[in-house]
Amino acid sequence: MSRDRTVDVLVVGAGPAGLALAARLAGAGAGHVEVLEREQDAGGVPRHCHHGGFGGPVRPWLTGPAYARRAVRAATAAGATVRTGVSATGWAGPLTLETTSPAGPERITARAVVLATGARERPRSARLVPGSRPAGVLTTGELQQSVHLYGQDVGRRAVVVGAEPVARHAVRTLRRAGTEVVAVVTERPRAAAVPGVPLLTATTVAELRGRGRLSGVAVRHEDGRCGVLACDTVVFTGDWIPDHELARRGGVALDPGTRGPSVDASFRTSTAGVFAVGNALHGVEPAATAAAEGEAAAAPILARLSGAPWPDAGPPLAVRAPLLWVAPNRLKDLGGRPMLLRSDEPLTAPVLTAAQDGRLLWRRRFPVRATPSRSMRLPAGWTDRVDRSGGPVVLAVG
Amino acid sequence: MTVSTTATTVTTGGALPGGEYDVTVVGAGVVGAAIARELARLPLRIALVDASDDVGDGTSKANTAILHTGFDAVPDSLESRLVREGHRLLSAYAAESGIPVEPLGALLVAWDEEQAAALPGLADKAERNGYRAARIIAAEEVRAREPELGPGALGGLHVPGESIICPWTTTLAYATQAVRAGVDLHLNCRVQKVTSGATHTLATSRGPLRTRHLVNAAGLYADEIDRLLGHADFAVTPRRGQLIVFDELARDLVRHVLLPVPSALGKGVLVSPTVYGNVMLGPTAEDLDDKTDTGSTAEGLALLREKGRRILPALLEEEVTAVYAGLRAATGDDDYAIRAHPAQRYVTVGGIRSTGLTASMAIAAHVVELLADGGLPVAGARELEPVRMPNLGEAFLRPYRDAELIARDPEYGRIVCHCERVTRGEIRDALASTVPPGSPDGLRRRTRARGGRCQGFHCGAAVRSLFEEART
Repeated sequence: MSRDRTVDVLVVGAGPAGLALAARLAGAGAGHVEVLEREQDAGGVPRHCHHGGFGGPVRPWLTGPAYARRAVRAATAAGATVRTGVSATGWAGPLTLETTSPAGPERITARAVVLATGARERPRSARLVPGSRPAGVLTTGELQQSVHLYGQDVGRRAVVVGAEPVARHAVRTLRRAGTEVVAVVTERPRAAAVPGVPLLTATTVAELRGRGRLSGVAVRHEDGRCGVLACDTVVFTGDWIPDHELARRGGVALDPGTRGPSVDASFRTSTAGVFAVGNALHGVEPAATAAAEGEAAAAPILARLSGAPWPDAGPPLAVRAPLLWVAPNRLKDLGGRPMLLRSDEPLTAPVLTAAQDGRLLWRRRFPVRATPSRSMRLPAGWTDRVDRSGGPVVLAVG
Repeated sequence: MTVSTTATTVTTGGALPGGEYDVTVVGAGVVGAAIARELARLPLRIALVDASDDVGDGTSKANTAILHTGFDAVPDSLESRLVREGHRLLSAYAAESGIPVEPLGALLVAWDEEQAAALPGLADKAERNGYRAARIIAAEEVRAREPELGPGALGGLHVPGESIICPWTTTLAYATQAVRAGVDLHLNCRVQKVTSGATHTLATSRGPLRTRHLVNAAGLYADEIDRLLGHADFAVTPRRGQLIVFDELARDLVRHVLLPVPSALGKGVLVSPTVYGNVMLGPTAEDLDDKTDTGSTAEGLALLREKGRRILPALLEEEVTAVYAGLRAATGDDDYAIRAHPAQRYVTVGGIRSTGLTASMAIAAHVVELLADGGLPVAGARELEPVRMPNLGEAFLRPYRDAELIARDPEYGRIVCHCERVTRGEIRDALASTVPPGSPDGLRRRTRARGGRCQGFHCGAAVRSLFEEART
């Protein structure tokens, strides 16, 4: 038998986005704002990021754990309820979530549900890296938790796979754990090296070797050269995917590019009353970006609580390769907020275009260099020209 | 008579106990464990030994997890008979023991004229194997039954009796019941040499073990153990099968076990739901020399993706949860190689391929008969105390949804592995169980912990911590 309860706003996920939103909503008198966190501690991924650089520019740089604690305090101080050790496991209605905790199963119905479920790195298996299945194969998330939350041993010699900023954090965490980093390996032709660690670019991981424990990583350079890096640990970094299970199980439409819920600039999903914020929308962005999305979602959620209708989302925004994704990706309300746009390849001063049904809506040269590990911020002013009843709007390079 | 034993024996290191066993079973895979369980009914001193640190850690852990009707066996073969009997026995045992089984039925899909032409022969073969419910269906019905199937299916054979089952729980249930009934389970115990006289003395990696009767259920190594006893009846050629497991969110794409029409090269690549709620694509079939080569390869995975795209195009858009490779103990022969050597008080159970899971209980009964022919006293058989295994099946009530269970013990409401919804209560129980896991992978096979889409991003450190804590 499940117990049934009702709240005003139910936020799933107490990471930077969910907590910032809850603080803003509760502070604005949104009623009972409840945040569910399935981990034993609230704060999200920053809990196990022991490097600095968290927080907005007006605040001092914080470490991840300090940032997480501050975010939890802000939400509870504003009057939000943050419940940890509670997992949302499915839906019992359009705005009713099924949950499990040591107190038993519950069904919680809200006037607005917000998915702030975050993202994870694709593990070795999802990247289809062949070879044996030894111990010692990690993602950065598991590495950081092992070292910073559990003080576990992670091996003596490690290879780091990936070129996003998170790879550098993985190197730092490994070194802090006393593990020698043998190499950073990336398929990309260029990447920023970490001082003291050999960087192998244009190189793929061909095979993992070892029985019981990892004994080596076979690599192949695009020019055909092959080799084996002897190591007992390998960390697969980056390659983020939103944790979208709850969205999909609830029938919330996903964007094919981000694989997160498809949303308009007011964070409205395809399901009336269901919003989504933070890295659940697009994979990993800095915590400050996720938190800013949470804060920006407060106003449309308050409007919804006061009875604002759920508008038609307008045409979808799509991207063409080498662009990977854009968020938000529905064209309703694209007034002031810039969109985040990610490319799969480095682009030097790219010319970006937006077209609808073969009609060019906008074209602009970006004066900066775009890299695969950072999003571009795309101004939204041109979206006035979109035909609201037309086909998809396609963003492209060139 | 029901007998319960409180003092159970599972050893993982150190010297083996002295004295003489009545029977020793070498190999604690699904077949060896089933034999030990069957023997446990007798008032005898029995040992089950395995080179690995866990039961079911060889071929048994990586098969295609199907409870077969045996419709496509070679008619009148030993395999045909044992699969048919085993299907009946294991179905009943699974219901009693809580081993998850889902009777989905299978569809053999014909993708070209040649395959379509083979269907009547397969239907006829099913009849000769004593299976009468198989039925040829037209392309429209194939499409209606499997709306996500790729284009071009010409027809199919519907085999309603095929089911999916949890292979891990099956092996574990047998071993648990055997150990509780007094069988000694010795792990990390590799058999290196056998000296036979009035008794057999096995030289193992943990010292000598003496036994009057010997059963060789050593899977991939059955031919090597056989040679130690002076037999060279068959050779095991490891046949590698690589498998891709797709996310649970893909489960709605497929409703049956989708089998290919078999060809000369084997049964081919199938797409099947698993009882854990995800979807499996595989296996490949590669004959190897190396009995330890359970690695996946780029070529193998590319082949599976190509075949899978034809069968169920939408599946390839889903996230991959895991990639496995298992080795089947193939011999040159079409049938099981179960050989009795009564004068030696020795039985070889070789050449057991993917149907071995289904046939396991029937193989066990057959082997005990063969041992009796070799002089094993089989009087005084008793009923074993039933086991009730933790449920790993998604189609049945899992602890995290069980309000009454959580009310009694809140640890069943504390989810540790979020992707697979595994609770701390289940992990605690597995670590304290009759046959505890020897590694985090063994814990995964008992609970599903760390077996989901994130592969440990969220829970890996926590699960490892619980495992290490229980070991100290």
